[in-house]
Amino acid sequence: MLAIINYGSGNVRAIKNIYDQLNIENCIVEKPSVFPKETTKIILPGVGAFDETMKSLNNSGFRSLLDEKVLFDKIPILGICVGMQILAEGSEEGELEGLCWNKGLVKKFDVTKLDFVPKVPHLGWNSISATRESELLNGIDYGHGFYFIHSYYYCCKNLSDILTTTFYGDSFASAINQGNIFGTQFHPEKSHANGIQLLKNFYNLKSC
Amino acid sequence: MLRPRVIPCLLVQNGGLVKTVKFQNPKYLGDPINAVKIFNEKEVDEIMVLDIDATKEVRGPNFDLINKLAIECRMPFCYGGGVTTLEEVKKIINLGAEKVAISSAAIKDISFLEVIGKCVGKQSVVVVLDIKKSHSFFRGTSYKVCINNGKVECDLDLIEYISQLNRIGIGELVINSIDNDGVMEGYDFELVDIVRRVTDFPLTILGGAGSINDLKKLVERYGIVGAAAGSFFVFKGKFKAVLLSYPSKDVIRLITGSIIKR
Repeated sequence: MLAIINYGSGNVRAIKNIYDQLNIENCIVEKPSVFPKETTKIILPGVGAFDETMKSLNNSGFRSLLDEKVLFDKIPILGICVGMQILAEGSEEGELEGLCWNKGLVKKFDVTKLDFVPKVPHLGWNSISATRESELLNGIDYGHGFYFIHSYYYCCKNLSDILTTTFYGDSFASAINQGNIFGTQFHPEKSHANGIQLLKNFYNLKSC
Repeated sequence: MLRPRVIPCLLVQNGGLVKTVKFQNPKYLGDPINAVKIFNEKEVDEIMVLDIDATKEVRGPNFDLINKLAIECRMPFCYGGGVTTLEEVKKIINLGAEKVAISSAAIKDISFLEVIGKCVGKQSVVVVLDIKKSHSFFRGTSYKVCINNGKVECDLDLIEYISQLNRIGIGELVINSIDNDGVMEGYDFELVDIVRRVTDFPLTILGGAGSINDLKKLVERYGIVGAAAGSFFVFKGKFKAVLLSYPSKDVIRLITGSIIKR
């Protein structure tokens, strides 16, 4: 069972729709009390400003449940877009503390490094490069890449946590992985074949 | 490498898909949900859906339709039409749209954009400017911003307004040429030149594309840009038979090739 956490941020239904089409058992979890016991994978979506997203999560009641499932039960979790950013300790976009599940900070793009317009947000389809092998990236067309929409980027303290990089004025971590914790800055649920493949790979992950 | 975006723009009226010429004479094309399903299969870069009567009829967004569209969309989805409150913006984002397009409400009160940017993130805030060319003997050619589906001309200086947008910060600016809408003879580069000079925002250009070459010329001239079109993706042939289409990946590469070589 794959659980999609609905704490009022992010595109839960687009994700569900893809898993439904793949015939993968999944559910949108609206509150902690109905979190399915048989959950083997968790997806944490997120869109919007960092503080607003953290506020929604903190007020949703999911916080302690997720800490338990992710940090103690080691259930693989995939944070998407701001759902990835909040895995970090904090963000230049806001003041609130992140989930601190991964050592990292979210920073604003340095637009002076971009030699073209538009500058920010980083918006559209961009390619990715893998920095190491991962089951998450099986069958992905790196050159075609994924859809991005963000003005802040994830900065890993441990470079070994970076799974893929993307170039936008500078290389940044477009996907991260540390143990059972995964995050993508891009939107797999909005990236057609590549995105569907990645979401399928996440469900099929065996070793973390 | 970031690529230019090629974007079908779908117009909706009374829940049906339509296409206009110069913002007039909407021609009924079919069911918008079905159109989204077809564009999913064609793996389009992004999709924009604009409800053209929502503001004019002073009604809010059609959440039922947005809900159905958002569930179907496997590509990024931008919705616009009749959005005037923060609650509506939040609801649209929560229904699963990546971006919300604001037009009339942003022109009446630009600070509205700041309010929603703080809540849903600036990257999700799209401003659509419907622009009409005006000729006068004394002032030559100038461009006027219009609202209410092109019916009302605003007393607004385009460049001054965009510089205000620069101060506030938004995710994307859509420049929609009323004169070129549905004409399919190419984009208005004169207009785009004016806008590109004064802002660093991601730009999406709408109005006038009638061929692959029109899209290609836009990308050659402006690099990373959103090349949007309505008629070009919904009509086929000179009698304008309704047929939804989108360039193949090879053709997209041809369109975006000029930028990739840079």
